[in-house]
Amino acid sequence: MILFDNVTKVYPNQTRPALEDASLEIEKGEFVFLVGPSGSGKSTFLRLVLREERPTSGNVWVLGKDLMRLSNWKIPALRREIGTVFQDFRLLPNKTVFENVAFALEVIGKPKSHIRKVVPEVLEVVGLEGKEGRRPDELSGGEQQRVAIARAFVNRPKVLIADEPTGNLDPGTSVGIMKLLDRINRLGTTVIMSTHDAQIVDQMRRRVIELEHGHVVRDQSRGVYGYAR
Amino acid sequence: MRAQFVASEVGNGLRRNLTMTLAVIITVAVSLTLFGVSLLVRAQVDTMKDFWYDKVEVSIFLCADGSDTSSCVGGEVTRAQRDQIRADLESLRPLVVEIYYESREEAFIRFQEQFANSPIVDSVGENALPESFRIKLSDPTQYDVVASAFSGRPGIEQVNDQRQVLDKFFRLLGGLQAVALIIAIVMLVVTVLLIVNTMRVAAFSRRRETSIMRLVGASNLYIQLPFLLEAAVSAGIGALLAVGGLILTKTIVIDQILAPSFQFTAFVGWEAVLAIAPLLLLVGIGLSAIAAFFTLRKYLRV
Ligand SMILES: Nc1ncnc2c1ncn2[C@@H]1O[C@H](COP(=O)(O)OP(=O)(O)OP(=O)(O)O)[C@@H](O)[C@H]1O
Ligand SMILES: [Mg+2]
Repeated sequence: MILFDNVTKVYPNQTRPALEDASLEIEKGEFVFLVGPSGSGKSTFLRLVLREERPTSGNVWVLGKDLMRLSNWKIPALRREIGTVFQDFRLLPNKTVFENVAFALEVIGKPKSHIRKVVPEVLEVVGLEGKEGRRPDELSGGEQQRVAIARAFVNRPKVLIADEPTGNLDPGTSVGIMKLLDRINRLGTTVIMSTHDAQIVDQMRRRVIELEHGHVVRDQSRGVYGYAR
Repeated sequence: MRAQFVASEVGNGLRRNLTMTLAVIITVAVSLTLFGVSLLVRAQVDTMKDFWYDKVEVSIFLCADGSDTSSCVGGEVTRAQRDQIRADLESLRPLVVEIYYESREEAFIRFQEQFANSPIVDSVGENALPESFRIKLSDPTQYDVVASAFSGRPGIEQVNDQRQVLDKFFRLLGGLQAVALIIAIVMLVVTVLLIVNTMRVAAFSRRRETSIMRLVGASNLYIQLPFLLEAAVSAGIGALLAVGGLILTKTIVIDQILAPSFQFTAFVGWEAVLAIAPLLLLVGIGLSAIAAFFTLRKYLRV
């Protein structure tokens, strides 16, 4: 489903690679934690999956597509199959919860009738029923992240990428978000999540890929956050 | 593609950036009006050339009683001199196509008709205008042949080529037109820069929306179309205003102010306006398209 083959990424005007010679495979339906110290290349890895960046060398395959050879106009079709969630939520402040989720469907040309049907469904999945009319500044951080997850999931993507989704949340709220991501994973979506939260990783006991200075230093199924910490 | 969604995005964008939108509309309108007027002036020069070159004559003015040119020392032209001149003109056919003799009385009547509404009519006496031969040449540029044969001959006060006077006038108009055109082109360049900047600001102020659109897999067309349409709509409004300016120039400046005061010449007709108007729309929308193309490539990549 996702295959990295000797992938190296050096950003322009940088000497040290952000990711070096990384090879790994992620299967359909997996839940993967990406851990490692700050600057180890976690976000770079996720950006390569999204084809926001192109590898300097090596090959990235996502959903059967060779991203090195994917032409620019096919990128949107790829991204429609990948949901994304970030630490900073990235909601539109002047739109309501409903409108924020609907936006993701409007801009890919989905008809209104479809939007009216699926948005309430996904808001129920993330536990936001009754809050459709609120704006982001009328929601808690955890609720805002649920809106972002609803937006990422509303199109039923095959892969969900979450870059430190609990980074701005307190531990109690984080547990709720993790339960939600776990539920989405059980609905059949592959989830790749970068995190610094040792407690969550240790509790979930899922596959852990650890990066350090751009190298894959550990790849463990049912792993924990780290040995040394 | 949902037309309603795109339309509301365009509307929001134009309203959000109202001052910039107005600035674009006004610069497009002003620069295109200037561009249109300069083209209209050129059409006017062409019209006048067509009108006048058909009518221009070489005039051979004959000596009158008080003429003080050296060739007129013998006083008023004699009958023999006049007949000789006519005979010599006849021998210049086929270069000379038409020969027409105008007596003093005829000259005065023609003058009165030409300046019927003007006060100078009263200041010119009945005998003040000289008699003359009016000649049409098959090739008006061959004026020198006539001039060298007749100037300075006894009984002839002056040989006069109207075309030379006209050409001087047309060169002046042509110069003015060129200056207007250059200013118009400079302003059009400024307009492009302004559109580029406006789109940059618009792209920046909507970077949240566009980055989300990109993440959820909106196509480039969907992301860029609202910006393109915004630029096209404001440039289109500006171009329509410029067409309005052109029509006003034709109806007010030409038809109501210039034409009544200068009845002796022809003015451009509506067909010139009809030819220029689509050009203005095309240039206006083309400019915004060029500006949009380069801006979007730089600021709204996948
Ligand atoms: N756009 C960029 N241009 C240049 N260098 C970059 C860019 N993005 C990241 N880097 C560098 O690449 C390396 C890896 O960055 P990356 O963002 O992938 O780390 P990370 O593991 O996500 O860190 P964090 O846990 O702090 O989010 C860092 O050294 C960073 O400075
Ligand atoms: Mg990161």
